[in-house]
Amino acid sequence: MEAVLAIAIGILVASGVWLLLRPRTFQVIIGLALLSYGVNLFIFAMGRPRTNAAPLLDKSGVVDPSLYADPVPQALVLTAIVISFATTALFLVVMIALRGLTGTDHVDGKEPDR
Amino acid sequence: MTQGPDHILIAPILIPLVAGALMLFYGEAQRRVIAVLSTLGLVVVALELVDMATHSATSVGLYLLGDWPPPFAIVLVLDRLSALMVLLTSILALSAVVFAMARWDRRGQHFHSLFQFLLMGLNGAFLTGDLFNLFVFFEVLLAASYGLVLHGSGTLRVRAGLHYIAINLAASLLFLIGVSLIYGVTGTLNMADLAVRVPLVAAENRPLLAAGAAILGIAFLVKAAMWPLCFWLPITYTAAPPPAAAVFAILSKVGVYVLLRVSSLAFGSAAAQMTGLGAEVLLWGGLATLVFGTVGVLASQGLGRLAGCSVLVSSGTLLAIVGISGLGGGSTMVAAALFYLVASTIAISALFLMVELIERGESELAGILTVTAEAYGLGDEEIEEEDLRVVSGPGIPRATTVLGMCFFTCALVLAGVPPLAGFLGKFAMLSAVLSFGGFDGGTDIPTVGIVFTAVVIVSGLAALIALVREGIRTFWAAENEELPSVPLIELVPVIVLLSLTLAMTVKAGPVMHYMEATATSLHHPYVYVRGVLGAVPLPEAAVGGEPVPEVAE
Repeated sequence: MEAVLAIAIGILVASGVWLLLRPRTFQVIIGLALLSYGVNLFIFAMGRPRTNAAPLLDKSGVVDPSLYADPVPQALVLTAIVISFATTALFLVVMIALRGLTGTDHVDGKEPDR
Repeated sequence: MTQGPDHILIAPILIPLVAGALMLFYGEAQRRVIAVLSTLGLVVVALELVDMATHSATSVGLYLLGDWPPPFAIVLVLDRLSALMVLLTSILALSAVVFAMARWDRRGQHFHSLFQFLLMGLNGAFLTGDLFNLFVFFEVLLAASYGLVLHGSGTLRVRAGLHYIAINLAASLLFLIGVSLIYGVTGTLNMADLAVRVPLVAAENRPLLAAGAAILGIAFLVKAAMWPLCFWLPITYTAAPPPAAAVFAILSKVGVYVLLRVSSLAFGSAAAQMTGLGAEVLLWGGLATLVFGTVGVLASQGLGRLAGCSVLVSSGTLLAIVGISGLGGGSTMVAAALFYLVASTIAISALFLMVELIERGESELAGILTVTAEAYGLGDEEIEEEDLRVVSGPGIPRATTVLGMCFFTCALVLAGVPPLAGFLGKFAMLSAVLSFGGFDGGTDIPTVGIVFTAVVIVSGLAALIALVREGIRTFWAAENEELPSVPLIELVPVIVLLSLTLAMTVKAGPVMHYMEATATSLHHPYVYVRGVLGAVPLPEAAVGGEPVPEVAE
C-alpha cells in the first residue's frame, strides 16, 4: 500500500508542479488542484496509514491506541480539502475575470512577444 | 492564570468575525459605523492584552478552546510578542478603516466585511499556539486579502491579484507539507509541545524534521517576501487599494513573526542538535532581500512602488536579524529589531496611505516621468479611477503643507535618520550586532556584523535619496502649487500614524524596555512552554499512551 500511495503522490505532485509552471491560467488552476490532491494524500500518509483500523475510539473504558488509526491527520485532511476547494474556486473567478478584462488566457494578461 | 478562562483572549478573533458577518445585513452607512466600532474595540482589547502580558511576566495568557488539556487541542496563547503584534494590527486597521471611509469603500463590494475578516485572520495567526490552526488563520487572512487586492477591480489589480493568489496557494500547499512532516516526526502540532519534543527526536528522524521545518519556513518566507521569493510583493502592494495596502504592511510581518516564534520555540538554544536550524539561510537571504529592496527603492518611479520596495527593505532587515540571533546572537538585537519592526511598519503603512493622496494631484507631466514604469509592465494600463478628484467631506486648507510635513516625517523614519524612531531602531540593531563578539564568543566584530552594518546604512541612504527625490518632485517642483483639496478624514489617519512614531521616539525608553522583555522571553521560551503545557494538571495516562515528557531546560 505504501508504494502505491507514494507513487500516486509523486505523480500528482509532479504533474501539478509542471502544470503550475505553464503559461495558461487553465493549466495553472489544474496544476494547483492536482498539487492539493497530492498534498492531501501526503498529509494522510504522515498519519501512518493502516487498514482495518478505525480513527474513532469507542467509549468502553480503557482502549489500546495501537489498534486505532491516528485521527489527527484525517481531521487535518478534511480541513485542507475544504480550504483548498474554496481557494481554488476563488482562483477560478479571478482567472475568468482576467480573461474577460484582457481577452487572453495568458497568466500575464498578454501574449508574449514573439 | 489559574482562575477561569480569560475570555478577552479570544475577543480579537471574535470581534471582527461577528462585525464582518453582522454588517452584511446592513446598509452602507451602518457598515461604516460597525467597522469603526469594531476596530475601535480591537484597539481597546489589544491595549488591555498588552497590559495583561506586561503584568504577568512569569506566565502566559492561555485560552483553551474546547477546554481540552494542552497539548491535545488548540490553544490561544498570549505573550508579549503576540500582544504587541495584535496591538500593531489594530492600530493600522483603525487608521485604514477611517481612511477608507472617504471614498475607497465605495469602489467595490464588501470592503469592510473583507477587511474585518482579514483582521480576524491576522489576530488569530498572532494568538494561536498551534501550527495547524496557524494554517487555518493564514488561509482566512489570505482569502480576505485576495478580495481586498481585487477591490476596485481594473486590469492591473486583477492581474496582480491572480499572481498573488497563485503564489500564495502554492505557498499554502508547502505549509501543509511542512506541517504534516513535522507532525509525522514529532506527533504534535502544539508549538509549546514541539519545543519539548524536538530535542527528543531520534537522530535518524532529524533530517526529516529539518526538511519539514525548511518547507514550512519557505511558506513563511514567501509571506515575509525573502529574496528570491519576493517578486510578487511590490506589484501586488502597489496595485492594492491604499487602505488595504496599509494593512498589508503588517501581512509581511506575519511571516517574520511566525519565523521568530517557531524558530525560538522549536529550534532555540534548548533544541540540542537542531539549534539554529536555517539561521544561515535567514541571515543571507535577509541580506539579499535588503539589497534587492534597496535597489528597488532607488529604481522606483512612483511612490507606490517605492513603498512596496520599502516593505522589502524592512522585511530583509528583520530576517537578517532573526538569522543572526538564531546563530547565537543574543536577545538584545531581537529587541532592537522589534522596535524597528513597529516603527517601520507604521511608517510604511502611513506612506501607502499618503501615496494616493499625493498622486491624486499629479498631472500629465508627472505621468510622463513615470513612463519608465512601463518597464515593469505597469505603465501601459494604469488603474483608471474616474472619480479620483471627487472629494467627499470637508477639506482642509493648506493640504500641501500638511501632507509635505507628513511625508517628511515618514521619510525620516523610513530612512532611519535621526532623531526619529527609525533611527533609534536601526541604531540599536547596529549597536547590538557590532557589540556581539562573534559566533565563537571571540571579541572581534564578525564579518556578518560588518556586512550587515554596511548594507543597512547604504539602504538607509538609498531610501533617503529616493524619498527626497519623490518629495522634491511632488512638493517643490509641482507646477500646480496646491494639491487638490484633501478631506480631513483621509489626512487624520496619516497624522495619527506618524504621531505614533513620534510618540515612540519620545517614549523610546519604556517601549524599548517592553521589547527587551519580549526578546528575553523569546530567547528563553521556558515560560511559554511551561505556561502552555502546565496550564492544567497533566493527565495521568495521555491518550497517546506515552506520558507527556517533562519540559527540557
